[in-house]
Amino acid sequence: MRARTLFAIALVAAVVPLQAQRGGGPPAGPAKTVAPIDLTGYWVSIVSMDWRWRMVTPAKGDYAGVPMNAASKTVADAWDPAKDEASGEQCKSYGAPAIMSVPGRLHITWQDDTTLKIETDAGQQTRLLQFGPVPPVKPPPSWQGMSAAQWQMSSPGLPLMLRPQDRAADAPLPPPVRGGTLKVTTTNLRAGYLRKNGVPYSADAVLTEYYDLTKNGNDTLLTVTTIVDDPTYLRTRRLIAYPFKKEANGDKWDPTPCSARW
Amino acid sequence: MIRSWLQAFRPALLVLFVLAIAAPAMAQTDLSGWWARQSQNDNGYANEPVDLIGIPVSADGRAKALSYNIASLSATERQCQMYPPWYITYGPFPLQIIAEQDPITQKLVAYRIVGWGDRGEQMVWMDGRPHPSPNAPHTHGGFSTGTWEGTSLKVVTTHFKMGDMKRHRAFSSDRATMTWTLTRHDDIITVTGILEDPVYLAEPFVLTEIFQSSSATNGFPLTPCEPIEELPMLHENPALVPHYLPGKNPFMNEMTQKKGIPLEAVLGGPETIYPEYRKKLKDTYKAPEKCVDSCGGPPAPRGGGPGPAGRGAAPPAGRGAPPPAAGRGAPSPQ
Repeated sequence: MRARTLFAIALVAAVVPLQAQRGGGPPAGPAKTVAPIDLTGYWVSIVSMDWRWRMVTPAKGDYAGVPMNAASKTVADAWDPAKDEASGEQCKSYGAPAIMSVPGRLHITWQDDTTLKIETDAGQQTRLLQFGPVPPVKPPPSWQGMSAAQWQMSSPGLPLMLRPQDRAADAPLPPPVRGGTLKVTTTNLRAGYLRKNGVPYSADAVLTEYYDLTKNGNDTLLTVTTIVDDPTYLRTRRLIAYPFKKEANGDKWDPTPCSARW
Repeated sequence: MIRSWLQAFRPALLVLFVLAIAAPAMAQTDLSGWWARQSQNDNGYANEPVDLIGIPVSADGRAKALSYNIASLSATERQCQMYPPWYITYGPFPLQIIAEQDPITQKLVAYRIVGWGDRGEQMVWMDGRPHPSPNAPHTHGGFSTGTWEGTSLKVVTTHFKMGDMKRHRAFSSDRATMTWTLTRHDDIITVTGILEDPVYLAEPFVLTEIFQSSSATNGFPLTPCEPIEELPMLHENPALVPHYLPGKNPFMNEMTQKKGIPLEAVLGGPETIYPEYRKKLKDTYKAPEKCVDSCGGPPAPRGGGPGPAGRGAAPPAGRGAPPPAAGRGAPSPQ
């Protein structure tokens, strides 16, 4: 046993630096230290898209835009918020596959060197994005599930065919701005709703997200791309991206509990 | 021998596997190819003629939208009006992106975004050339330059003509500019568009769209447009410009009546796109009891005829609506 453990340590010690050096590749170190982008701070939803399915509770039977299957429709047609309230399941539309669509604010902080924490004021949810090894013991399924996080760095040297052509008469082009993306994969979910009006996702759903930043003048925007795979209730994976704008502080942070109706 | 070795060092291999998936990865950035649209639903499911929901229009932008009469598209000079570059984020069109390489150095001179239907072609110049003078002519596709920022391509587009911000409902002026990023994530591209318009917007209009890699070809190519006589009244009286006077738009209350959305929200504006507005609506909004029109849902069973009223029905056709093409590359109303 001891030999195996030593071998594992030796393997890790050998492989991680190699991976870091490959092509001047990603730097080694704790996720917080090597973060290529800074996601921390307060972010507010910009509800410029899908307003009538997000800003208000859509009418029963309004499923526009969701690639649902017949089983999903059967469940959604039986949506009854009073029943959800009675069973203490008011947070069904605040699970990880739906939470980014809920108008509200995010507060993103580092809980420790390898865990990024996302809190929401709408529904008072907390997501923990875990870099590195996942816990050996799986907790019970939850609204926010288990999230494995990974940085995706920009290449230090672009392939030739993507390198911009210099114009001979002009000054050389500035080097590309470094950056990256956060990829998050979430499983171990408790079944919930993609939309407030009962469009379901199952406990087998897998959520893949990408977090990207865009600078525009004094504004910093966060785009969260979400992909929900759920063969139980979706004909195809559901792809949608939500924009957020960075705020200077938490002055407008307004925690509100989950609601099954609003 | 191999099996026993694998068994002996299984814990070590597991640790290695976990590290391999947890360690940072280098992202791929090539954007060339065919991409089918996948994401938001506002344009495809917009049925009511007055619908500025979610758009941070200015007072002038709202007035412009409410004066619009779709018959104006039949005027000879407007029949060949094309959609502006903003329609990449809002329209139903897929994307075809072609990398234009220098034949000697093989470096990237530009990305060409092929025209589609009635959206013009765009060249995204990567070679550092400057934007033209503010007084240079504006075109349907505008003038675009691109730079790599992190894992994204950031594009700035200027010099495009006035056009639809939302199909037949909201409009951007010829002073508008667009900043947009394209970020590839495995087999999808996420586009974040930021439209700024000192005339018709009170603050930047931010929209996102997702495109999925597709093997389908261009089912709705950019075609020459030739004006014809569409409405006799416009030819009998060439000075006539179809429009609605202030306060006279007959469709102003349609969305409120059909969907229960307050008129204030239907008319857009920056105050309506942030979470605070949701709290304001809480005590006044009353959803219709049941969705009856363009409700989506699973497709009707084959051979079973149409589903229940409105369910699964595609959004109505119209200029800029999805063409009747099939396959993965066909524009989706989703």
